[in-house]
Amino acid sequence: MTGEDQYFHIEHVYKRFGTTIALRDVSFRLAAGEAVALLGANGAGKTTLLRTLATLSRPTRGSVRAFGVDAWSARAEVRARLGVVAHQPYIYPELSCAENLAFFATMFGLEDAGKRATRALERVGLAGRAGDRAATLSRGLLQRLNLARAILHDPSALVLDEPDTGLDAAGRDLLSEIVRSQVARGGSVVLTTHALDYALVLATRVVVLADGRVVLDEPRELADRDAVALAVGAGAVMAGR
Amino acid sequence: MMQRKPTDRSDTLVQGLGLLTVAVLTVGIFMAFVYAPTDRDQGEAQRIFYVHVPMAWLAYLAMGVVLVGSVGYMWKRSARMDRLARSSAELGFLFTTLVLITGSLWGRPIWNAWWQWEARLTTTLILWFIFIGYFMVRAYAGDRERGARYAAVLGIIGAIDVPIIHQSVTWWRTLHPEPIVLDTGGPNLPDSMLATLLVCLAGFTLLYGYLMVQKTRIETVRDELAERELASLFEPEVETHDRRPAPVSPKVSGAAED
Amino acid sequence: MRRVWALVWKDLLVEFRGREFLGAMVVFALITIVTLNFAFDLSRGDRAAPGAGGLWIAFLFAGMLGLGRSLAVERDRGTLEGLTLCPVDAGTIFLGKFIANALFIVIVQAVSLPVFYGLYNLPSLNPMVLLIAVTGAVGFAGLGTLFSAVAASSRAREILMPLLLFPLAIPLVIGTVRATTLIFESNSADAWPWFNLLAAFDVIFVTLSYVVFDLVLEE
Repeated sequence: MTGEDQYFHIEHVYKRFGTTIALRDVSFRLAAGEAVALLGANGAGKTTLLRTLATLSRPTRGSVRAFGVDAWSARAEVRARLGVVAHQPYIYPELSCAENLAFFATMFGLEDAGKRATRALERVGLAGRAGDRAATLSRGLLQRLNLARAILHDPSALVLDEPDTGLDAAGRDLLSEIVRSQVARGGSVVLTTHALDYALVLATRVVVLADGRVVLDEPRELADRDAVALAVGAGAVMAGR
Repeated sequence: MMQRKPTDRSDTLVQGLGLLTVAVLTVGIFMAFVYAPTDRDQGEAQRIFYVHVPMAWLAYLAMGVVLVGSVGYMWKRSARMDRLARSSAELGFLFTTLVLITGSLWGRPIWNAWWQWEARLTTTLILWFIFIGYFMVRAYAGDRERGARYAAVLGIIGAIDVPIIHQSVTWWRTLHPEPIVLDTGGPNLPDSMLATLLVCLAGFTLLYGYLMVQKTRIETVRDELAERELASLFEPEVETHDRRPAPVSPKVSGAAED
Repeated sequence: MRRVWALVWKDLLVEFRGREFLGAMVVFALITIVTLNFAFDLSRGDRAAPGAGGLWIAFLFAGMLGLGRSLAVERDRGTLEGLTLCPVDAGTIFLGKFIANALFIVIVQAVSLPVFYGLYNLPSLNPMVLLIAVTGAVGFAGLGTLFSAVAASSRAREILMPLLLFPLAIPLVIGTVRATTLIFESNSADAWPWFNLLAAFDVIFVTLSYVVFDLVLEE
């Protein structure tokens, strides 16, 4: 259970911002070949949890291990194996789609950065816009480019914060395909979304956060749609409290 | 995290240090005003040097300690090293301010001007600005830990920059076609003056040591308080957690009843 | 090293296509040089020292304006986070930003120095002045990149940047202004020690900034 096949293993994690507590005693595991959908109302702590997993936020208390090592002290090593999509796209609007991807491919130390970029663009259906500046892309297409950037280096784990934002039906299919192929090749995915039904189709496991706590964590086969919806809704009530 | 609990024994030691400081400083002040002869050229104004020189020494010593604390913080990220650096910075700022004031007070009758662009004085003025930057970086960082990191950056660059600034100002003066300000102090000090200066140096250095001990203690308590405040925020959660079903629960738990 | 050049190339592309601040830096340097004429009467008398001083004040202010933006823009857009998520050490990011920033200052100088020559007829196109200009730009860019990163995630970042940079950059100001003054006084031989000194400052400041950059970027 420990070590390499346990991609993420976080225990009793707290995160505090000033006087507000974003995460309270969160424990969470993610194994190879799993796709976890994190659900919860606004302010439930989803993004904080993802940022903690992505080594972007250091927990106030508790331990975060990734790929069998301490995520914070070995963050360079961990980051090389993560593909992250955050709220703000890590994209330079002045550069073309291909240039953006080639730049990040180089930063990840990949050989043939140009080829990698082309391949990733083809995967997200942006091959035709390779030479266009990222600034000219619509919201949904920018999100596709952002996804392409995250999968550029074939990461072991994808950490995606609301990756379905702005995506049309075709875009969602594309996202599903990316998640499935990531799971199929033994990688793992953790993503947040507000689309409950989509999450239940996409993920192999569902985790619900409410007020900074994990209130539900079950495999998809066992997850009852109404129970999940109730947990999310209860979290919304608590957040409004 | 905070292992250092002030014990009775360390309290006694600190009190002893305080008493020693008062004793040496009293002797120093007596020597400065009574024992040391009046300077032939500068008159009574020269006596301010028994305060001015120790202040200058302490300003630079304090910056050196800031450097040590900052490098230590960069190396280990220990809160203790940060406390050392920030305590010393506050004292250093105080001493630097006093150097500038006593220097001006002395300069007025001797140079007939409050200020001269002399290398040591100029460097001290820039050091004063570096200390201000050091506090601003901390205050504007918006987060204690980030403030500590940024302050360490300034502590390291600033401390290493100070001798460089001094050298460049010296060269700038010497290569500039203007009269060089007389070099005061110098090795040809009469024995009685030298003795007075040494006693004052010792006294004020003890004062720095005593203030550092007290200041770092205050900072330790402050950190402890922050830590406790943090713990109190989490505590109710930790308690209720035990009554709660395990985090991985088969059905919706907790949230609905809460 | 490939990554450093990728960073530099990226910054140059973003700058030339987006025209975020390079144009403003150049115009600012020019307007400062013009204003010089009214601050010090440069039409007669001993013009070497005020001319050299004013020229470097123009570079220092223009450089500071530009450098202050260099990391702030990336932070505001969120792309700085993207960079830190790449498996590269902070030093690599520093070198990329530093080289790009040094190039921007050199570009400002490349436009300003001929204009300065045209306006004041001081030998600002002397090869020795160009050498001093580039050497000074390297040092300013080194410290400037470091403090730009510090200021970028602080409050009051516009005011914090000069507050930190100016006192620490004084050795560079002294070195560049003295050397330039000597050359303007047709005394180039005496400027060499200052050049050596500046080169030494560059090495010290850039190395130090490189070493401590990790403290700034770690979030």
